[in-house]
Formats: sequence, structure tokens, C-alpha cells
Amino acid sequence: MVPERRDLWWLEPLVIVVVLGTFVLYSVYAGLANANYFYEPYLSPLYSPCITANCVHPHLPIVGSYWNLSPAILIVAFPLAFRVTCYYYRRSYYRAFFWAPPACAIPDARKSYAGETRFPFLIQNLHRYALIFATLLLAFLWWDTFLAFNFNGRFGIGLGSLLLLTNVVLLSGYSASCHSLRYLVGGYLDSFHRASLRYRLWSWANWLNARHARWAWASLVVVGLTDLYIRLLSMGVLTDLRIVF
Amino acid sequence: MKIWRGEGSAGEHVEYVVPIDAGMVVLDVVHRIQATHAPDLAVRWNCKAGKCGSCSAEVNGAPKLMCMTRMSEFATGEAITVSPVRTFPLIKDLVTDVSFNYEKAKTIPPFKPKPKDPDGKRRMYQEDVDRVQEFHKCIECFLCQDVCHVIRDHEENKPSFSGPRFFVRLAALEMHPLDTNDRLDLIRAKHGLGFCNITKCCTEVCPEDIHITDNAIIPLKERVVTAQYDPIAWALRRIRRTGPALPAPSVPPSKEPPSA
Amino acid sequence: MAEINTATYDVVVVGAGGAGLRAAIEAHGAGAKTAVVCKSLLGKAHTVMAEGGIAAALGNVWQEDNWKVHFRDTMRGGKLLNNWRMAQLHAQEAPDRVLELEEWGALFDRTKDGLILQRDFGGHRYARLAHVGDRTGLEMIRTLQDHLVAQGIDVFMECTVRHLLTDGGRVAGAIAYWRQSGALLLFQAKAVVLATGGVGKAWKVTSNSWEYTGDGMAMALEAGADLIDMEMTQFHPTGMIWPPSVRGLLVTEGVRGDGGTLRNASGERFMFKYIPEFFRAETADNEAEADRWFEDKRNNRRTPDLLPRDEVARAINSEVKAGRGTEHGGVFLDIATRRPADYIKRRLPSMYHQFKELADVDITKEQMEIGPTLHYIMGGIRVDPDTAAATIPGLYAAGEVAAGMHGANRLGGNSLSDLLVFGRRAGEAAAEYVKGASTVRIDDAQVDAFAKRLTEPFERPGDENPYAIHADLQETMHDLVGIIRKKEELEEALAQLERLRSRASRVRVTGTRRYNPGWHLALDLENLIGMAEVVARSALLRTESRGGHTREDFPKADPDWGTKNVVTRKRDGRLALTTEPIPAVPPELRELIGEDKPQEMVATGEPAVIGGKE
Repeated sequence: MVPERRDLWWLEPLVIVVVLGTFVLYSVYAGLANANYFYEPYLSPLYSPCITANCVHPHLPIVGSYWNLSPAILIVAFPLAFRVTCYYYRRSYYRAFFWAPPACAIPDARKSYAGETRFPFLIQNLHRYALIFATLLLAFLWWDTFLAFNFNGRFGIGLGSLLLLTNVVLLSGYSASCHSLRYLVGGYLDSFHRASLRYRLWSWANWLNARHARWAWASLVVVGLTDLYIRLLSMGVLTDLRIVF
Repeated sequence: MKIWRGEGSAGEHVEYVVPIDAGMVVLDVVHRIQATHAPDLAVRWNCKAGKCGSCSAEVNGAPKLMCMTRMSEFATGEAITVSPVRTFPLIKDLVTDVSFNYEKAKTIPPFKPKPKDPDGKRRMYQEDVDRVQEFHKCIECFLCQDVCHVIRDHEENKPSFSGPRFFVRLAALEMHPLDTNDRLDLIRAKHGLGFCNITKCCTEVCPEDIHITDNAIIPLKERVVTAQYDPIAWALRRIRRTGPALPAPSVPPSKEPPSA
Repeated sequence: MAEINTATYDVVVVGAGGAGLRAAIEAHGAGAKTAVVCKSLLGKAHTVMAEGGIAAALGNVWQEDNWKVHFRDTMRGGKLLNNWRMAQLHAQEAPDRVLELEEWGALFDRTKDGLILQRDFGGHRYARLAHVGDRTGLEMIRTLQDHLVAQGIDVFMECTVRHLLTDGGRVAGAIAYWRQSGALLLFQAKAVVLATGGVGKAWKVTSNSWEYTGDGMAMALEAGADLIDMEMTQFHPTGMIWPPSVRGLLVTEGVRGDGGTLRNASGERFMFKYIPEFFRAETADNEAEADRWFEDKRNNRRTPDLLPRDEVARAINSEVKAGRGTEHGGVFLDIATRRPADYIKRRLPSMYHQFKELADVDITKEQMEIGPTLHYIMGGIRVDPDTAAATIPGLYAAGEVAAGMHGANRLGGNSLSDLLVFGRRAGEAAAEYVKGASTVRIDDAQVDAFAKRLTEPFERPGDENPYAIHADLQETMHDLVGIIRKKEELEEALAQLERLRSRASRVRVTGTRRYNPGWHLALDLENLIGMAEVVARSALLRTESRGGHTREDFPKADPDWGTKNVVTRKRDGRLALTTEPIPAVPPELRELIGEDKPQEMVATGEPAVIGGKE
């Protein structure tokens, strides 16, 4: 049947395809590049934590020097899993890429539909584990941000420092507003009356969660921009804007 | 205004031209057409104040309550298309057979409270009821059921999927501070929670602004994960289990409805 | 006899609002084979519209509250025309009925101690209304609905019961039609519980939905039962008046219960000018005391904004008539300047939503424009207080369709509790009655006659449009049988009703029998016009002003009339109106009420033309 909606219902899925698609293409390029991901003292968030011996700026060189490919490949699974199984991103890509449905009251693209009742979509149910790993990675990103204010042993602020700080704040916000986290800190309870700490945590998580989509998009865009900035610095296209020496 | 007219599945949109007054809603115009042009035009309505959820329809393709859709939203002279909700079988004009919902309602294990406090009173606290009160705002307009693509576009899923309205209902029971029935396995197996791919259209159309997806469906999914999919939670349960397993909740006897 | 499907039950409950559902649950629980029949889908009945709360002396907020105070408030609010026994049972049993809802899953707003929170309402001495924000009725109907479904009780949805069948003077069942298919259906039942609500759709400005066509009263009257107090109609003081399409839509009394106040066009809080003698001792006469009362009920008297509804509606009417009304012919209801925005949104979410969506008014910033709207009828089927039995065997009535409980004026919040208390009693008594009753016989001649009347509008000659007749009826009742009545106008109303009746007999319906609202309305018109006539006749007979009945030509309450009910019967197809004494209140209860009697002049005036000149 022809949909009766006459508004610009296709606009939202189109924007999602463009933004998400651009990010994916860019991050594949940047992640495989295996170069230009470090510019003293900034490490691209796509390459953190750096766990190969060959890394320009290794955190934990647990992978020996036999690994010659991009170190980003080894860690990409964690943030990727977190975003792919994220309840908000699921909404967005089921709509924009799967067209199930492309927009409300617009027919599905496919004839049959089983939702998340079958493999591989059953894996979506393990979002909470992706959350835990993504949160562990956040520790490294905070460490990177701390280092980004250290210019050869002296405190300083460059545009890159601020970008890395913004990036890690947004990523933390994105994790803190996660639906699974909201459940784990207190949402599983039926009565909060004798659990005031969990109630408070749950209330905060709830407040953040109502803005989960905004955290998701903002952090995605800023991760890309941060990498791009460091990449351009490293390639010598830009010079870092120093605010405090 | 172009209104769907027809008995059973056959029909077409018929155009009516009527004058409108300030402040009118779509339902007012439908009533005016009924009074002046088409006395047998079938339409459900009751309160005309967005409180009973009877006058659900699709206005220019968007699922809405006709009583809460103001004519001032549309450009002057624009023809407005009003169609019956699409997910349910047509009866006549704007009236559809929504018995799907009443049949699903019969399959939900009822509220079963825990014992009273020793002084014979029941105590619940506002912070405990706030969350469930949001779900109790549901007026059963079934717009979420209408817009949900799982049954809107896939008729074959109807037997195994209860729809957003009943996830709201199940969430209200599951999170009720006094309730003791455990419905999590039923929610997955019988009500088809896994069919939901959280595309949030139910939330978008809800006239009561219930955050169906974020506050009802996703927390239910998380609870089902703990009960069914999470290996650590499963292991913890095995270690902690001291008493017998909870008895399965009883499903109320489902009678065949009297039919027309 | 025509081919009609028959369904056999012990008890058939007509109506699926609070009273009907509660009655069905009780009858089923007592072992009777029970069915509920309703005109709309299940859960859409008018109870869903109730906003403010359920009055019950739980004593959770004010420990001083108990059934005796509630009884006193109810009797005084009803201007002592109430059936004392009903008022007593109601006050005594309401708390249990509310707690029972909680057992079935209802979630009321809570006090700090985790008990049910209670709010202030007009005419109640203490904060007494158990509530859920401003959607208490929804909570109540959904709780009852879910409980009923869990019991496996049969529900006949979108099925209109049109006539009662009798077997030698006792009830034998009913004849109905399916709205969806147009097919007729016969119920064979030893007992019928009517829970069909009121007749508000006879008026133009009303808070009632299309279902309120007086079916229960009309059927009971036709079957030989008595109606009483049909002149007692309640105009709720606060209905929306602008824009025109929402005129009459209810604005909950909870707005005033939570601190809102009424103002005229110049901003004056005019209610202080309208405190009647009967309530003077307990009402604040200055703004400071009225405002303090919300916080400290022990040392202050209540605000006149929360006088009983009849007093407030008349006061608004007088202000508008005196030229102190708003642009659209109402007054202002102001909570924006008196309570913080987040409090308003939390306590009155659906009012906020309703004004925002339908009138572009933000009630946290602006005043609401409001005026009286027909809301309720205190009169109805005469019932036995303990069993809710009507005056013919096998017939029971509960809720708005029954009379006696509220006297001349109903207090806000007493309706939901009335539904529960007497719904339960009706269900219990009906189930008890069927145990001892012999099998009923369906009279084929009766069925054929009724069936013919049901399908007549398709066959007879005529050219009248049912919608036009309905609009004219509403105009007549609004103009001539409104808040303030007088002899000439009531007589004129009766003459117009006669003309409407003859027009209604010439209605011709087009289209098929499948879901045909034109046909449904054509059938409803008969009940609407019939009950409108009973109201007008009763109003003409009662030559005094009391509660919901105000006569410009008899502006005082008459002590003699204060002891009488107006009784309506139908004998040989003709209406017969008489007066009969009200059962006297026993001395020990009389003491609770206080000695004052309502006798002073009430504020009368021309009915306000709400919404400006047409």
C-alpha cells in the first residue's frame, strides 16, 4: 500500500545513513591507516588503548612486535560492540539501513520479520557486557586526556587537549546514559524505598538516559573529529592551536 | 476532508467539504459531516478530551486521536485524509475490529499482591509508584499497536506478539512494588518481546507521552536478559538458590468471547 | 417470534463503568453466571473521565476524619434530601472499597508514610479524596477492568441494551442490538443490574459523552419502576468554554482543591460574596484565612472556592449575568499565580495537557476561562438502600442511574465511591436474588413488539435528521431547563419536547444496519426526549430551590419540600408524578448533621449564555 504520510518522513533515515555511513567509512580508513594517530601529546581515541609493541605510543604492549597491522584493529571490537548493541543505535540502523520500518507508519521493506528473536540478533541481549568493556576502555581514554595536558613535562592546553577532553566527557556521558547501566544500578528493583543509594543512582541514570540519543550522536561525531584533528596535525596539514603553554 | 468509507475490506476515500470554526479538532469535523452529509458514517468516540482513547485513526497517514488533532495544524483549504487504523480488520468506515487487544489482555497473569504489613495496612512509597504510574496513564487507544510494524506489516506475527500496549501493561505488573507473579518467561515466549526492534514508533504516537520503549520495553528486555540470557546472572542464581523455584504464574482462563 | 440469538445468564449487568464492573465482579464472585453488556469498548465508559478522586474517610491525612464526618458532609452537601441510609452505608464502606482497589493493583498517590494520599475537594471537611494525579477514574476503571477480565467474566462490547423484558411484573431479561453488525440479541436473565449512568447528552453544554442518553432510567420507567428526584441535575462549576468545540469539557475540582481560585473579569475573588448562611460557620470570609486553610485546617475555615458545586455554579452564573464575566461568558480559574509550575504539572497533568493542546493555554502561566457545565444527575431509579433493588423484582441499579445517595447535590469525589459501594451491593443482592428466583419466561409478543420498534427507523416514512433533532433538544434543555429555572420556561420546554418527540417519530435512517450511528442516535432520541420530559416535569413540580434545582420564581428552600421526593412512574403509557416523604433520619444520625437547614434565598439569575451570543 502507498503510505498516506505526506511529511518529510524520509529525511530522518537519510540523515542517519549519511552521518553514520560517513563515520563508518572514515573510521575504517583511519583505523586501517596505521599512521598519523599520534601527535605529541595527543593519541587518537580510535587507537586507544594501544596494545601492540609496534605502537607509536603503547599503553600496554601485550601484543608482540609480530603484529604489523594497525593496532586499532585489536581494540575496535569493544567500542563497536557497544555501539552496535546500543538500544539507541539499534533503533536508528533498523530504521535507516534495514528499513524495518524506515519511518513510523511506513511499510517495512521485507516481507517476513522475526525481530530480535533469532541469531544473530539474539546477541543484542548481551549489551550489558559490551557496556562493561566499553567502560574499561574509558579509563584509558581519561588517561590519554590527562596526558594531553602534559607538554614535555609542563602543563599546557592545546586545542587537541580540549578536543580530547570533550571527547572523553561525551563518551562517558554516552556510557552513563546507557539503558543497561540504568538497569544494573537500580532498575532491576521493584521497590526503591529501602535502597536510597540505588534509587539515587537510578534517578541520575534515568535523567541521563532520556538524553541518550544526544550523547550517542555527539560522542560519535566528536570521536571522528578528534581523530581527524590529530591526523591532520600529524600529517602536518594543521598546527596545534596552543592556548596555554 | 477525505474520509475512508466502506463496509468490510472494500472501500474508498470520499471527499466532503464542510466549513470549520475556530478551535475545531478533526473529530468535530467528522461529526459535522455525519450530521450534515453522511448520517451513517461510522466512527468511535467517547470523551472527546483525549482521556478514553476511542477515536484513534490515521490522519494524513499519521496515527492519532481525532479529538486531539486540531484543524489549525493544517493549511487552509488543504484536503485532510482520515483513514481507519490499519493494523486491525475493517468493520465500517473509521471503525475497526480491535478484539485482538482484548484477547491478548486475557492472556496476562493478573496482579498478585504480597501479604499486608503486620498492622493490616499496605505501604508503598511515591518513589516506588512513580515509575508504574507512568504506565497506568495508558488509555488503551491502541495507536501503539496500530503503528507497530511487527503486526502492522506482518499479519503472521499476531499470534506470537502482543504489542507495545501489553508490554506497558506487563511492565506495570512486573515493576509493581507489591506484585509477586513472575511473568518474565511468558513475556519472552508468549508475548514476543524479542520481536520488538525498539524502533520507537509506539513512543512517538503515544498521546499520553508514555515512554513506552525506553521505560517499559527496554527495562523488560533487560529483565528478560537477566532471567534468560545473561550467563553470569544464571551462574549467580545457581549458586544463591536455596529454596524451591518460583511457581509458574497461573494464566487466567481464556473464554471464547461472545460474538456478533 | 423473529429469529434472534439468545444468551442466558443469571445476572446481566448493563453498563461497564465503575458501578457495572464492580457489580459484575461481586455477582460473579457470589456464584452467579454473569455478563456485562456495554455500548462502547470495555474501559471507555464515562468513569474514565473522572479526574479528582474517590472520597473515602481513610483518615490518612487528617486523623480526625471518619465515616461520621463524611456522612455529615454528604448530607449537608445534598441539602438533606439524601436517603440517609445510603449516605451512611456509603460513608462507612467507601474506605474498604478503596483499599480493595489497591488489592487489585491500583496505585494511588502516596503520603510520606507510604499510605494513600488524600486531597481537598468541595464540601468535604477534610482532605479525603484518594487520587492518582487528575486521572483517578482511569486508574479505577482499568483496575476493575483488569480484575474482571482475570475472573473470566463474559463481556458484550458495543452492544446496546434497549428494552427490559418482564415476566409478570418481574425482570426476565433484555433485548439489545450489536452496534457492529446491527443484529438483535436477547438476554434471558433473572436479574438485571442497570449501571448506565445519566442523561447529560440532553444538554448542549455538558461534560458527558454520547453514551449518556438516559437508557437505564428510561428502561426502568418503561418496565414499571419508580424514578425519583429527576429535577436534581448538577452543573459542574468549572467546564471549559473556549474554544467552542471543547465547550463543556470538565476542568477538575482538584484545581481548586490544590489551591486554585475563582476570579471575575476584574480579578476579584468573588466567591467570598456568595457564602450561604448554611455554610457560613465553616467557611472563611477573608482571603488570608482561606489561603491559610490549605495548610492548617484546625485553626482556619475552608475557602469558599470549595463550597459545594451547586453554590459555586450559581455564583459563577450570577457574576456573568451581572456583567463581570470574561469575554467568552465565563469567569477565570487561576492556579498559575498561586502554585509553582512544577507542582501544577505534577498534580494536574491532564488539565495542563488538555488546556495546552485544545485551547493553547498554559495553565502554569495563564488563568483558565471556565463556566458551568451539566455534569451529573442526582435523580434516577429509586432503590432500596441496602440492596440497590429497584421497585420491580429482579431489577437493580447502581451508580449515577440510581437516586437517593446524593440528595439534591452531589459532592465531588462521592461519585466514584458511590459506584464502588453500591455497585458491590447491587451485584451481591442480584446474585442472592437469583438463587431463590424461579426460571423466567420470555414473552414472545413482547420481544416482537420491541424488535419492531428497534428496526422501525429503517422502514417508516419520514424525512427528519436525527442529528438535527438532537441538536434542537440540547438547545431546548440548555435554554429552558438550565441552572436557573422558572415556570413559564419549563412549560415552554415541555411544549417543545412534545414537538421534538413527534419529529423523532418521523426520523428515517439511511444506510445499512452495520455500525450505523444515525440509527443508533434515532433510537437514543426516544430515551433522551423521554428523560428530558421527566426532568422538566419534576422541575415544574418542585416549587422551591434546593441543591441542583433552582427556581427563579421560588428562590428559597422550603422546609416542607425538604421532606419530599418527587416520584415519577409510568402507568398505561402515561407519566404520573407524585411526591412521597423521604425516610426520616434516625436521631443519633440527625445529631451528626447539625441543626441548620437550608432556607435562605439562593442566588438566581438568567442562565448564562456560555460562549457569547450565538
